[in-house]
Amino acid sequence: MNALQIAVADGMTIAKRNALKIRRAPDLLGGVVMLPIVFVLLFGYIFGSMIDIPGMTYGEYMLPGIFVMTIVTSAQITGYTLTLDLQKGVFDRFRTLPMSSSAVLTGQTVSDVIMNLTSLVTMAVVGLVVGWRIHTSPFEAALGFLLLLFFSYAFSWVTATVALALRTPEIFNNVATIVSLPLVFLSNAFADSTRLPGPLKVVAEWNPVSTLIQAARELFGNTSPAMPAPGAWPLQHAVPVSLLWTLLLLAVFAPLATRLYKRSVSR
Amino acid sequence: MPDAIVAEGLVKRYGDVVALDGMDLAVPEGTVFGLLGPNGAGKTTTVRILTTLLKPDAGHARVAGFDVVRDVRPLRAHIGASGQYAAVDDHLTGAENLEMVGRLYHLGTGRAKQRARELLERFDLTEAADRPVQGYSGGMRRRLDLAGALVADPPVLFLDEPTTGLDPRARASLWDVISELVAEGTTVLLTTQYMDEADRLADRIAVVDHGHVIALGTADQLKDQVGGDRIELSLTSAADLATATRTLAPLAVGSVQTDTAAFRMTIPVTGGAAALTSALGRLAAERIDVRDAGLRRPTLDDVFLTLTGHETDGKIKETVR
Repeated sequence: MNALQIAVADGMTIAKRNALKIRRAPDLLGGVVMLPIVFVLLFGYIFGSMIDIPGMTYGEYMLPGIFVMTIVTSAQITGYTLTLDLQKGVFDRFRTLPMSSSAVLTGQTVSDVIMNLTSLVTMAVVGLVVGWRIHTSPFEAALGFLLLLFFSYAFSWVTATVALALRTPEIFNNVATIVSLPLVFLSNAFADSTRLPGPLKVVAEWNPVSTLIQAARELFGNTSPAMPAPGAWPLQHAVPVSLLWTLLLLAVFAPLATRLYKRSVSR
Repeated sequence: MPDAIVAEGLVKRYGDVVALDGMDLAVPEGTVFGLLGPNGAGKTTTVRILTTLLKPDAGHARVAGFDVVRDVRPLRAHIGASGQYAAVDDHLTGAENLEMVGRLYHLGTGRAKQRARELLERFDLTEAADRPVQGYSGGMRRRLDLAGALVADPPVLFLDEPTTGLDPRARASLWDVISELVAEGTTVLLTTQYMDEADRLADRIAVVDHGHVIALGTADQLKDQVGGDRIELSLTSAADLATATRTLAPLAVGSVQTDTAAFRMTIPVTGGAAALTSALGRLAAERIDVRDAGLRRPTLDDVFLTLTGHETDGKIKETVR
């Protein structure tokens, strides 16, 4: 086997391990299936009764936002799992094996894509039940889901980097919550960001999460001509800019995380 | 016999803390080498460098003929390592854990499965093979972790405190397994803070403190190095203990250890029974009540105490030099 074949085979072995873990661990499964359902119903009914979106139902407007919020929050599972493995000495074992040094992280991030796919399908089904609809061609809709999954894959590398730098599960969880909450809520996920006051509006419009949500809305057709057109440049070119963000995150954080992994040892 | 493990002048610093300060080791093939030392002595750091987890700041080392910095990949294919914490996955079954390790050694799926079953049988885990590790006892986890280190039948094995935290029965069963491995020719580097473990398993022992080897030899050589016999006395008051320490100092051939809480003292002596008689005579002359007195051969504990001035389990005893 050459180096690439080894890397792929080892990555698959680790991904298989993680998939088994998700299936057996009720807490992980809860995060993957139950939490997204709760998100859709809770946010749909609470905000839906308060926020008026011109030209469409709130459910239609909100669901792409919920998709992205779930991706961002469940990427934290990547980081959390890694800190646990690091702490328990599992990485020490892996690093004494003649395996590919990138496999642990690629395996982890790939299995997280499978997890995110499960979450997305669950949310889409619940969404359809509560009134969300796709108004575009099947091709565009598929592109929407692929873009979400691709972004989730890249974002897993971000949380992996943060996790390996912070090392302990408790610290990681705190930091992840502090960072991910504003990332999700200072966006166009739940309300029209053009109505935010000055500086917050700028932050929300340039937030990559907003861009991705806008891209998903366009690809699923959850937009309305009655809505004010987004003024910021990334929101006007949401699909290509989302793709750029995803590639940028991958290019920066995949090598960074791999470097941290190679130096990681339990203490 | 060629050396399976050679380390020369290993140095490792963490900021201002010097974890390793010129560590030298040579372990002949097919032998068990014990690294004995208190917490923080540098045992684990040594193992981490030899298993390629850490890079040394200075010095070099070879394991099974491979350099620990330059030949990382081939070196890893020739070693097995089992750590202080059982690095096994709770949600996977015992069999799945071992199969995964086998695949990561690139044995191929069929061979990995077969090897997992062999090892589970050997480590008496066949019954638990298809249960998630979550339900395993501490001893079972350690056995599974050790089995994981053996998947590729490595010629060199690193065991970092393999029995720390286990109950006596689980320890004894793990010791049996390790002894068997050695009989088959595996070279083992073992770290431990337990004297009895080193005594029982290791052909040669290096006592480690402050990041380097302070004594080296077989268990018997180390015991001889400390001197011959030791008198153990149990007195009835702290005042008596202080007087006795002064009175008996001329008889001691090393440092006298006292335990002020239990009014006990240990005096290294030469001359066996005669020294005991003389000591008791001196105490009687000082009118010191002796609750219990005895003479014994040194243990590795004594070796350790004498060499490092502190106990292995972290308790510091007062040492009069």
